[in-house]
Amino acid sequence: MNIYPLKREKKDLNSFTCKSCGETYDEFLMKKEWNVCPKCQYHYPVTAYDRILMITDSGSFSEFDKCLTSVDPLNFPEYKDKLISDKKNTSLNDGVITGEAFIGGYPVVIGVMDSRFRMGSMGSAVGEKITRSIEESLKTRKPLILFSASGGARMQEGILSLMQMAKTSAALEQLNHEKILFVSVLTNPTMGGVSASFASLGDINIAEPQALIGFAGKRIIEQTIREELPENFQTSEFLLEHGQLDMVVKRSELKQALSIILKIHHLNFRECL
Amino acid sequence: MNLQELIKLENHIAELKEMSTNHHLDLTEVLNNLEQKANEIRNHLNENMKVWDKIKLCRIQQRPTTLDYIHHIFEDFIELHGDRLYGDDPALVSGIAIFDGMPITVLGNQKGKNTKDNIYRRFGMSQPEGYRKALRIMQQANKFNRPIVTFINTPGAFPGREAEERGQSVAIASNLREMASFEVPIICIVIGEGGSGGALALGIGNRIFMLENTFYSVISPEGAAALLWKDATQAKRAAEALKITAKDLMKLGVIDEVIKEPVGGAHNDLLLQSQYIKQTLRKALQELGHLDKGIIRQQRYDKFRKIGEYMDEILG
Repeated sequence: MNIYPLKREKKDLNSFTCKSCGETYDEFLMKKEWNVCPKCQYHYPVTAYDRILMITDSGSFSEFDKCLTSVDPLNFPEYKDKLISDKKNTSLNDGVITGEAFIGGYPVVIGVMDSRFRMGSMGSAVGEKITRSIEESLKTRKPLILFSASGGARMQEGILSLMQMAKTSAALEQLNHEKILFVSVLTNPTMGGVSASFASLGDINIAEPQALIGFAGKRIIEQTIREELPENFQTSEFLLEHGQLDMVVKRSELKQALSIILKIHHLNFRECL
Repeated sequence: MNLQELIKLENHIAELKEMSTNHHLDLTEVLNNLEQKANEIRNHLNENMKVWDKIKLCRIQQRPTTLDYIHHIFEDFIELHGDRLYGDDPALVSGIAIFDGMPITVLGNQKGKNTKDNIYRRFGMSQPEGYRKALRIMQQANKFNRPIVTFINTPGAFPGREAEERGQSVAIASNLREMASFEVPIICIVIGEGGSGGALALGIGNRIFMLENTFYSVISPEGAAALLWKDATQAKRAAEALKITAKDLMKLGVIDEVIKEPVGGAHNDLLLQSQYIKQTLRKALQELGHLDKGIIRQQRYDKFRKIGEYMDEILG
């Protein structure tokens, strides 16, 4: 699946055709809007480091566990090679970047998934980095912000991958117990094991417009129940209507929205009396 | 004295106030006298307002809604949606905001601004999803130690097949129990219709206030008339018998304070009405904010514990 707009034909280096509205324009315009189609506002995925640039206060990000990476615990066919090629293509060590930063002047622990790396799937390394960021949030009492973008659990790590759902969710239980804010931002796509674990457990769940969010894939559901599903099935807007999201926020307004949420949670009402 | 004269007097007071600030004149005494007089006239007019007039007044389309007040009273409002179970009910709005620099969770029944909007908002009548959203948002307020403000304005919970299937009663009952457990101040304000269980589901507060021309009742006057006298046209009579105005509830010891309305009703001056609400809110938050968590919870319990009138009598 090629969901990145910036992968292009060699002969046509500087133009981009939107798969949503069909319009063709200079790639630069697209890049300037952080991969949002200037015409139809379709939100294409962004890389993890672009997301960090866009959301955090300039120069405030410092990364955790940069070197943590996947192994091949089951000796799964082709997995090693796929890891090597994804590392080469993305310059990432795995599917999530974590660290600490400021947003609108407020300190946070932040994690951002990158769907270019094994479709952002969660194996042991991703699960471990997410869990460590939750633990950092527990230790420092800084609010936690996680951006998910994932096809789900990483099949090549089998049951170990499934257990990352349990591990991350159990860590979030501690965060909940300690009353530390967790904002989950679901971006296109957030599916399967990631949507059925930490990504759905935010005190506040935010999604970008038109993102694909769900548990089982649409085709599998259609084959199982032998019914056609509505066109907006499993989109952010569908989920908002069905009570699963607090808000759908455009990429251009996301930083502002997060800043206000952080501001409100930073205040202590007894100190304001 | 009539309404026109009162409006004239109020305008006069406003002019004098402006003059005193612009020219640094001390007109306190004159102003106090005039305001006292205006209050007397207002009370006189309000006392002569029939129960039924008040009911009509608080139901009119132009009546300010929860969202109107939220935007006039709070800053940085962020609306939060959904019960994380089944749906998002547009008949109930909720979110977080700032009041006087203080973090606040605010929610309320939402009626429409016109017919189309009213159909979308189901005339302010919630499905179970609305009450479950309210509960989720209030639990979060309790978790993050934020005071809760609720605005009540509903004909009642939505009566419908799906509402029953999805547990309307359980949804309301859960709110009554859980609101009793919270350790943050809860302040409830009836801004329009206080329709029975659908209103009470947002109404378990440390302070309960009602705007002057609102009502809060176990059943709508129309419903009561239909049940008691098999005749909905007797609603007027039922409205008087039920004792449902703000003043009645004050007398019955159910609410803490009546918030005055601008002449002719809240819709005549939304800004002024918002000012009145702000003053009351500020005072209540100051009083409650200085109490310990456990005491906040206990105070709310004691408040409801003592409601009811009864006697002992030996039979025979």
